[in-house]
Amino acid sequence: MTYATRRKIVSRIAEAACGVAVLLALLPLAMILFYVIKEGAGSLNLAFFIHTPKPVGEAGGGMANAIVGTLILIGIAALFAVPVGCIAGVHLSEYPDTRFSSAVRFAADVLNGVPSIVIGIFAYGLVVLPVKHFSALAGGVALGLLMLPIVVRTTEELLRLVPAGLREGALALGATRSRAVFSVILPAALPGILTGILVALARVAGETAPLLFTALNNTYWSTNVTQPIASLTVQVFTYAISPYDDQHRQAWAGAFLLVMIILSLSIIARLAVRRLERMNRP
Amino acid sequence: MTAKIRVRDFDFYYGDAKVLHGIDLEIPETQVTALIGPSGCGKSTFIRSINRMNDVIPDAHGEGTIEVDGKNIYAPGTDVVSLRRRVGMVFQKSNPFPKSIYDNVAYGLRIGGTRKKQELDETVETSLQRAALWNEVKDRLHESAFALSGGQQQRLCIARALAVDPEILLMDEPASALDPIATTKIEELIWNLKQSYTIVIVTHNMQQAARVSDRTAFFMLGKVVEYAETNTIFMNPKEKMTEDYVTGRFG
Amino acid sequence: MHIQRHFDRDIEEIKAMLLRMGAMVEESMQQSIRALLESDLAIAEQVIANDDRIDQMEVQIDQHVIELIAKMQPAAGDLRFVATVMKITPELERIADLAQDVCERVIELSREPTIKPLVYLPRLAEDSQTMVREALDAFVRGDAELARKVIRNDDVVDRLTEDSFRALLTYMLENPRNISAAIRLTFIGKYFERMADGATNICEMVVYLVEGRMIKHEHA
Repeated sequence: MTYATRRKIVSRIAEAACGVAVLLALLPLAMILFYVIKEGAGSLNLAFFIHTPKPVGEAGGGMANAIVGTLILIGIAALFAVPVGCIAGVHLSEYPDTRFSSAVRFAADVLNGVPSIVIGIFAYGLVVLPVKHFSALAGGVALGLLMLPIVVRTTEELLRLVPAGLREGALALGATRSRAVFSVILPAALPGILTGILVALARVAGETAPLLFTALNNTYWSTNVTQPIASLTVQVFTYAISPYDDQHRQAWAGAFLLVMIILSLSIIARLAVRRLERMNRP
Repeated sequence: MTAKIRVRDFDFYYGDAKVLHGIDLEIPETQVTALIGPSGCGKSTFIRSINRMNDVIPDAHGEGTIEVDGKNIYAPGTDVVSLRRRVGMVFQKSNPFPKSIYDNVAYGLRIGGTRKKQELDETVETSLQRAALWNEVKDRLHESAFALSGGQQQRLCIARALAVDPEILLMDEPASALDPIATTKIEELIWNLKQSYTIVIVTHNMQQAARVSDRTAFFMLGKVVEYAETNTIFMNPKEKMTEDYVTGRFG
Repeated sequence: MHIQRHFDRDIEEIKAMLLRMGAMVEESMQQSIRALLESDLAIAEQVIANDDRIDQMEVQIDQHVIELIAKMQPAAGDLRFVATVMKITPELERIADLAQDVCERVIELSREPTIKPLVYLPRLAEDSQTMVREALDAFVRGDAELARKVIRNDDVVDRLTEDSFRALLTYMLENPRNISAAIRLTFIGKYFERMADGATNICEMVVYLVEGRMIKHEHA
C-alpha cells in the first residue's frame, strides 16, 4: 500500500483511539449521573423539599432543613473566603516578586492540599472547643478555609491577565495605584474571579468530612448560626449508613439533589461569565 | 511664544542603561509639537517622562529638569497624581475601560471627587464633543465602550483625557493602530484641539508629523538632533542626519 | 462621507492668490492695450511700475505651494492642482512681462511719427486678452472644454500676427520713415502673440488638472 494510504489508516486509528479514550473518561461521570438519577429522581417530591426529617424509624419526611443548611454554610464560607481571598490575590498580583508574596503563594498551595478532614479538625479546635458548642459558624469556617486557596490563586491569575494598558490608562488620569486596582483592574477581572468563586462554592458544597465535627447535623429546622445545622452532605451520609430503606431512598434523593446543585452552579458560572464578558471583550 | 514645558539637561535611565542624553527643549503652549525618529530613539521614553508615567517601571529614573509652567516636576516631593491631571495622555493602543461610554469619560472626574450628576453629564457631553465623538454616541452613552470601532475608541480615550481639563495633552502614536480614514479624523481633531491645549505627539509616521504639527523635534539614539518649525524640518533641515531621515534614506 | 480637512483652506487660499495674480495680469494687459491705442504714456509707465508686484506674487504663490506639498503630501486631484499652479504662475508672470514690454515700445513709439490706421494689431491684442481671460476662467471653473476652445483659437491669433506683420511691411515699403515705428509695432504684435501662447499653455495645464491628461505638445 502507498505511504499516503498508510498514513490515512494510522490517522483514522488514532482518531478512533482518542474517541474511545474520551468515552472511557466520561464513563464514570455518566454512570454516576445515571445511577443517581435512577435511584433518586423518583423520590424527589414536594415533601422532600418542605419537610424536615421524621424521627428515626418513621417513614416520610424530607430534607428541607438540610437544603437550607447547605446554603447557609456555603454562604458563611463565601463571606469569609471571598474578601480575604480577593484581597490576598490583589496583593499577590501587585507585588509578585517579594519574599512575602512567595511565602503566601506557597502557603495557599499547601492549604489547597490539606485533607478536608484535617481542616475540619482545625475548625473544631478553633471554633467549637472554646465555646464547647458545635455550630454552623464552625462549619462555615471550615468550608471557607477550603475555598480560600482557590479564590486567592484565581484572583491572582486573573488580575495578571488584565491588559497593562488599562492600568496605564487609569494612572494617566490621575488615579493612585490602589484606586486604579480597585476601580478598573479588579472590575475587569471580575468575570473570571466570579467563575472561580462559583467553582469553589460548588466544590465545598459537596464536602462532608469537615462538617462532621463542626456543624454536626440537626434533624430540626434551624437557621441559627451558633447552633449545629443540617447539611445535605451529612444528611446523605447519615441516611446512607442507616438500616432503614426509606432513609436510603431519601439518601439517593439527596445525592441527586447535590449533583443537580453542583451542576447548576457550574452552569450559572458559565452564563454569568458570558454576560459579563460581553461587557468586557474589546 | 510662551514655553509651556521647559526641558533642561534631562537624562533618563532604565537601570544602568542611559536612554536619554541631555535633552534640551522648549515646548510652546497651544501648539502641536511632534517627536519623530527611528525605533528606539527615546521619543516614547521622553514623552512618558513629561507625566512621569515612567515611574511605574521599576529601576527607571530621570535626572535633570522638566518644568511645566515653571515648576520642576522632577523635584522631590512633586505630587505626581495632580501632575497627571494637568498633563493628560493618550496611548498607542486605545485602552477604554470595561465600562460604559459614559463611565469611561466620567472616570477621571469621579476619582477627582466630582459627584453631582449634572456636572458629570455636562462635562461628559463637552468632552465627547471636543473629541468629535458626541454625535456618534449621544444615544448610547450607557452601552459598553467596546461596542465602538477602533477609531471611535481612540476618540473616546481622547474625550476621557480631556474630561479632567488638562492643559497639556501627550499623545504616543495615537493613530498608528487605525485605518486611514480614522487616522485623518484624529489628525483633524488634533488640529482643532491645539487652540485650547498644548499637544505633544510622538509619531513614527513622518508625513503625519508634517501634516499635523507646528514644531518638530528629531530624536536619534536618545538625543535631540534637530528641533525647529515643522516647515523647516521638512523643507530645509539644517542637519544632514535630519535630511537623511526625512527623505527616507535611512529608517 | 466627506471629511473636512484643514488643508482645504490652504488650497482655497492658493487658488485665491492665483486668481488675484491673474486679475493683476489681466489688468496689465488691458492697460497696455489702452496705452497702445490711446498713445497714453502715463498708463504705460504705470504698467511698467506694477510689474514688480506681480513678480512678488509669483514668488509668494510658489512658496505657499511648496509648503503645502511638504505639509500635506497631496495626492490625485490635489496633486495635479499644485502641479498646475506651479506651472501657471510663471506663465502669468511672463504675460505680465510681455505687457510691460508692450508699454516700453509704446513709450518709444511716442517719439516717432505714428502709423495709422492700425488694422490688425488691435484685433490681435483683443483676441489675446480674451484668451488670457478665458484661460483663467477655465482654471477657476475647471472647464476643460473652454480650455480646449482657447487652445484652438491660438491658430487665429497666429494668423492675425502674420497679417499684422504683412500690413506693417506695406507701410515700411511705402515710406522709409515708417520703418522704425513699424518695427516696434511688429514687436508689439509678437508680444501679443506670445501672450496668447501663454494662455494656451495655461489651458493645457487646466486640461491636465481636470482630466488628468497631459496634452502639451500634442495639440489635438
